Amino acid sequence: MVAFFSILSAIVFIPFLAVLLASFKPGEELVRYGLNLRLDWDLMSFANYKYLFTGITRTGAYIAHDYLLWFKNSVVLTVVQTALTLFVSAWVGYGFAMYRFKGKNFLFTCVLLVLMIPFEILMLPMYSQASSMGLLDSIWGIMLPYLAHATTIFFFRQFLTSIPKDIVDAGRVDGASEYGIFFRLVVPLMKPAFSAMAILVGMNSWNNFLWPMLVLRSGQKYTLAIGLNTLLTPYGNNYDILIAGSCFSIIPVLILFLSAQKYFIDGMTMGSVKG
Amino acid sequence: MRKMMAFLYDQKVAPYVFILPFVLTFLIFFIYPVFTTIQMSFQDILPGMVTNVGFKNYQRLLGDRIFRTAVSNSLLYTFWTLALLIPFPLAFACMLNSRSMIGRGFFRTSLFVPVVISVVVAGTIFRLMFGEVDGSFMNTVRASFGLGPIKWLKVRETGLAAMVLMACWRWTGINMLYFLSGLKSIPPEMYESAEIDGASVWQKFRHISVPLVKPTIIYVLTISIYGGLAMFTESYMLWAGNSSPKNIGLTIVGYLYRQGWEQNRMGYASAVGLVLLTVAMVINLGQLRLTGVLGRERD
Repeated sequence: MVAFFSILSAIVFIPFLAVLLASFKPGEELVRYGLNLRLDWDLMSFANYKYLFTGITRTGAYIAHDYLLWFKNSVVLTVVQTALTLFVSAWVGYGFAMYRFKGKNFLFTCVLLVLMIPFEILMLPMYSQASSMGLLDSIWGIMLPYLAHATTIFFFRQFLTSIPKDIVDAGRVDGASEYGIFFRLVVPLMKPAFSAMAILVGMNSWNNFLWPMLVLRSGQKYTLAIGLNTLLTPYGNNYDILIAGSCFSIIPVLILFLSAQKYFIDGMTMGSVKG
Repeated sequence: MRKMMAFLYDQKVAPYVFILPFVLTFLIFFIYPVFTTIQMSFQDILPGMVTNVGFKNYQRLLGDRIFRTAVSNSLLYTFWTLALLIPFPLAFACMLNSRSMIGRGFFRTSLFVPVVISVVVAGTIFRLMFGEVDGSFMNTVRASFGLGPIKWLKVRETGLAAMVLMACWRWTGINMLYFLSGLKSIPPEMYESAEIDGASVWQKFRHISVPLVKPTIIYVLTISIYGGLAMFTESYMLWAGNSSPKNIGLTIVGYLYRQGWEQNRMGYASAVGLVLLTVAMVINLGQLRLTGVLGRERD
């Protein structure tokens, strides 16, 4: 069984190895021979990475590209989107978990409804909506529809129902306001839920492609996923940056994943055990 | 101002303040788009001129051969992802769950890593691995069996295989994880007593593991159907754009995208979207009925 899983892991690892090797080879090599596992020490160098970080190509010429800008945009988007989504969704999830109010069941069914509809179906009218609100070509346009994020709200709500309501009542007796209770008493208890969701939301934001592609217009604002995709044009493919850039873009998620695996797993499996 | 604050801090009002962001998002970015889609699907939309055409878009959809190709591609893709991405991850999870297994943490992680890779990067890697040149990875694999190179992404069957293989690479780990977390909730005593009764590995799998992870299986089934029918970006990356030879990579959402964005037929695209929306709703409601979640949330 160990042997079986070793082989399986090796197969899973092949695409990573292929792209890692390719990132050290010249782009023309890739076009001519395709992506493979051949080791060719004479051809391999750090030239692609040098171009990626300094703009100085193999031939010594300086050709500007926007990779680092895209990288920065992705980092900014991911950090801001994750922080805001967590805050807004925890806020909403708390409302659903801790109060009884009129229309609660109906509204919670609405949360479930949002979970059920793939975004792709609604992208046309969502786009015109974002357009009429003046949200195109800005990171607000990317973030705003997802700050009250159904999956995250659902998770926080499930998490909070396991916290005893006595805490809230004790807070009220002590004279704290409804919002004071949330910020001072409940938020500190939500740390594990925040970590799990931070990773899930952050990963989705870092890798998100379709919606940002529709919203963003100017190359200056592109995120990494969209920018990398634009390197493939009908007028010639820039494989030097594409491959090295793809390879390098894996690193942040990989480090995050390996260092916070437990939270990844908590976040990703939350929906499966009990609906 | 004072009154306003007192109102907001009222214990009866506070819950509405808490859920307000969701209500706004729901109305602006969900309800409104859903109704616009329904409305647009009965219209012919040209810049500055909107005409109501009744069911014309739907009628055209029935006779649209490319739409049929897109539907059959999406269905085939969904079918194969279900056929491969449920039994195998479940079997892997059972194997990793057994206590005699060495290095379970390591294998779990290594199968899971592709999940964190963006579809853009994964698609690019797979497109190049399935390249038509002699030296592309898949053709070198063929060569090692003494077979000649083929044009993977230009033939329907191999194009589909590329999409399905990419899905397997990306999702085996996560589905396995779902099953693992389902299996963990089974008390080990059940297996122990079955062993005492002389149950074989297969019998334990068939009569203990499978029935007890049934909710997880249904969950994975639903998200796989959902993901399969709504698949777009994978095909978009694999063919470096929304057009593939003879539409072999065209999916339902790809067709929606083509009609809505590339050919600017918003009304027709909305009809495509609505068909998909209906299918998604039916499947999801079916799942909720099966697992009883819909009833449980009401308490």
